[in-house]
Amino acid sequence: MNDNPFSLWVYLSQSPLLWLTVTLLVYATTDAVSLATRRHPLANPVLHAMWIIGAFLLATGTSYTSYFAGAQFVHFLLGPATVALAVPLYENRRRVASSIVPMLVALLAGSITAVVSVVLLAELAGLPRDVVLSLAPKSVTAGVAMGIAESLHADPSLAAVAVILTGIMGAIIVTPLMNRTGVTDYRARGFAAGLAAHGIGTARAFQVDEIAGVFSGIAMSLNALVTSFLVPLAVTLLVR
Amino acid sequence: MLASLGLILLCQLIGEAVVRGIGLPLPGPVLGLLLLLILLLARDRFAVLAHGPLRNDGVETASKGLLAHLSLLFVPAGVGVVQKLDLLASHGIAIVLMLALSVVVTLLATVLTFRLVSRLLKQQDAR
Repeated sequence: MNDNPFSLWVYLSQSPLLWLTVTLLVYATTDAVSLATRRHPLANPVLHAMWIIGAFLLATGTSYTSYFAGAQFVHFLLGPATVALAVPLYENRRRVASSIVPMLVALLAGSITAVVSVVLLAELAGLPRDVVLSLAPKSVTAGVAMGIAESLHADPSLAAVAVILTGIMGAIIVTPLMNRTGVTDYRARGFAAGLAAHGIGTARAFQVDEIAGVFSGIAMSLNALVTSFLVPLAVTLLVR
Repeated sequence: MLASLGLILLCQLIGEAVVRGIGLPLPGPVLGLLLLLILLLARDRFAVLAHGPLRNDGVETASKGLLAHLSLLFVPAGVGVVQKLDLLASHGIAIVLMLALSVVVTLLATVLTFRLVSRLLKQQDAR
C-alpha cells in the first residue's frame, strides 16, 4: 500500500488507463440504463455519459487534455467505424439502389436546410461571428466538422461540441417527431436521422430498425461530402 | 478478426492518403467506406478475392462489432464540453436553442422530401 494516497491519484489521473477505464465503465452503465428503459430517447447513453464524466473531471480538477490522453483510443475508432458502415450498406444494396432518387433529392434538401437554418437562426440570436461559423457544420460527423471549422478560421473544439449537442438532441427527438409526422417508411426516417444527427442519430436509428440504420449511415456519409462544399458557400452568402 | 480489423484500417489509411495526396474535399474515412464497399462487391464477382478477411463473413463480423457501440465513440469528443463552460455560460441557452430548432427543421425537411419524391416515383410507375 502506498503511504501517500495522493501521489497514487496523481499518478493514475495522468495515465491513459484510468480515463479509458472511466469512459468504458460509465458508458457501459449509461448504455445498460438505456437498455433497461427499452431505449427511451431521453436515456440517451452519450448524453448521460458526457455529463457524468464531465462532472467527474471538474470535481477532480482534471484537465480535458489528461482525460483525452486516455479517451483518444475510443475517439480514434470513429474513423474505422465510418469505414465499417460499408458492410450494412453492402448487405442492403438492393434496397438502397432502388431508392437512390428520393435519397439524393432528400440529401440536397436536408444539407441545405441544416446549414442555412443554423446560420440564419444563430445570426438572428445575435451570436458572435466566430460562434456562428463554428455552428455551421453541426450536422456532420465530428472529425469532418472540425476540419470545416478550421478551414473557416473558426473554433474546431466548439464545432465538435455543437456536433455532439446536435447529435444528442436529434437522437432524442427523432422518434417522437417522426411518429407525429405519421411517416412510417423507415428508409425516410433513418435517412433524416443520419443527415441531421450524423453518427449519434445513426446509432439511434440502428436501435430502432436495421433498415433505418442503414439509410442513416448512408445519409451521414453523403452529408459529410455535401456539407464540406456547402458550408464555405453558405458562409460567404449569409454571414455578415 | 485481426485481419478483418487490419483490412478496415487499411481502407481508411488508403482513403486518408488519397484525400490528402490529391486534396479532395472529403473525409478520408468516407473514401475508405467506398473502398471497402467496392471490395465487397468485387468479391462476389471475382472468386480470387474471397480470401482472408473477405471470406466467411470475416470483415462483416468485425464491422458489425464496431458499429454495435457506435455511440460510445462520441463520448470523448462530447466530454470536450467542459472546455467550453464559459462560452456556454454566456451564450449557452441561445446556442442550444438554435441547434435544437435547426435539427428539428432539418429532420422534417429531409423526411418529407424523401417521402414526397418516393411517392411521386411510385405514382409514375403506376401509370
